[in-house]
Amino acid sequence: MQVKEKAIELLSSGKVSRVLGWKQGEFCYDLTPAVFESAEEVERSFVFSPLAGANLAKYLIAESRKEGVVAAFLKPCDSYSVLQLCKEHRIRRENVYLVGVPCEGTVDPDLLRENAKGLTAVREAGGTLVCDTLYGEKRVDLSAVLLERCKVCKSKKIVVFDELLGENGEENPQSTRFAAVEEIENLTPEERYAFWQKELSRCIRCNACRNVCPACSCETCVFDNAKLGTDNKAPASRFEEQYFHIIRAFHVAGRCTDCGECSRVCPQKIPLHLLNRKFIRDMNTLYGQYQAGADEESLPPMLDFRMDDCEPSAARGGKQA
Amino acid sequence: MQVNGAWQPTIVAFCCNWCSYAGADLTGTNRLAYPANVKIIRIPCSCRLNPLFILRAFGRGADGVILCGCHPGDCHYTTGNYYARRRMTLLFSMLDFLGIERERTRVEWVSAAEGAKFAAVMNDFVRQITVLGENKRLEDFRCK
Repeated sequence: MQVKEKAIELLSSGKVSRVLGWKQGEFCYDLTPAVFESAEEVERSFVFSPLAGANLAKYLIAESRKEGVVAAFLKPCDSYSVLQLCKEHRIRRENVYLVGVPCEGTVDPDLLRENAKGLTAVREAGGTLVCDTLYGEKRVDLSAVLLERCKVCKSKKIVVFDELLGENGEENPQSTRFAAVEEIENLTPEERYAFWQKELSRCIRCNACRNVCPACSCETCVFDNAKLGTDNKAPASRFEEQYFHIIRAFHVAGRCTDCGECSRVCPQKIPLHLLNRKFIRDMNTLYGQYQAGADEESLPPMLDFRMDDCEPSAARGGKQA
Repeated sequence: MQVNGAWQPTIVAFCCNWCSYAGADLTGTNRLAYPANVKIIRIPCSCRLNPLFILRAFGRGADGVILCGCHPGDCHYTTGNYYARRRMTLLFSMLDFLGIERERTRVEWVSAAEGAKFAAVMNDFVRQITVLGENKRLEDFRCK
């Protein structure tokens, strides 16, 4: 509740003219981003809980261009995205007031619904989710229903803020986030192809991954070109991914902070973050460790080169046949 | 590509204007032979090659795509090919990760004086793609 009180304080003191936060969506397990313009509005509908998975960074691009100061609440992941967007001059830093919120992980609503059938209401009580269901009250441990990105959390450090609610966390170098990428790399090319065909052929081309991605913030997107011919779904017998997912991941290579929003919003549950992580892993191994959004100064690997970079012939996406 | 009922590979070669395109010219002036399967597309610099161009070529029926540029250090625009090198490394790695045959894509540095190298590279690449066979995995019916 500390978050909601802070939102009310910021608005009623006149320090900011708008607050970017979360409100109840259509269902009890679905919190949706929203802009609040008055303390009464916050009082009425502002909600913050581990269900607030949405990354607010991308909304700040448009919000920071409007009149007045906008406050936003940032979980550690979101703070990396915001700093990356500030670095790219997409967010006007002087027009935003950032409040860091420590995070213990966000909930995967699908997992939660599996664990608590007939869910009607959720509230959090110290690491446990108390769920009202049609079949009575049920307690679910937060750690049992975390999103994949939170299970392998890379950092609990909030990298950019004007004010912090609670303690700042630490980076987690022990994160096993590349384990799934390595697992695929260890398959043979045929198995890899079969794996990705199975996963990507479920794609319905809804563009949710593109629209939610904080790094995908071009005003005109190459995929909005109808002449490309790839804006609809590929025939069922073909590999969906001749273009879209490769290029989507490529366009954010070196800028992707691995916030995991693409996989979170995918209605078909395609592990899209694995493509981004593959690029991150390749850049880390070939061009040195780099974390997008960790600072405002360092040169991203795709805007940099060394005379002795490896040749493309050395590129290996996994085990060879 | 079907020629007299038999399959022949289609190769798209992206050549930079300053080195490799001139190198290909030299191949011709020297009367060196390289297969007619190679379709050359001239680009101002190897770093002009958008990864989409490669996927587009595959989508529309290319069986192999090769990028030729100035040798690292010799770029007409000083550093273009260094950026191209990083991009292509990542793209090829990703294609391999998705299970697309690694041999279908290649980068070669060919200078304007290396007509013989251009012919040798193209001969070798066409042979390699012929062994590999038709590109099925990246072909795209929507774009044809």
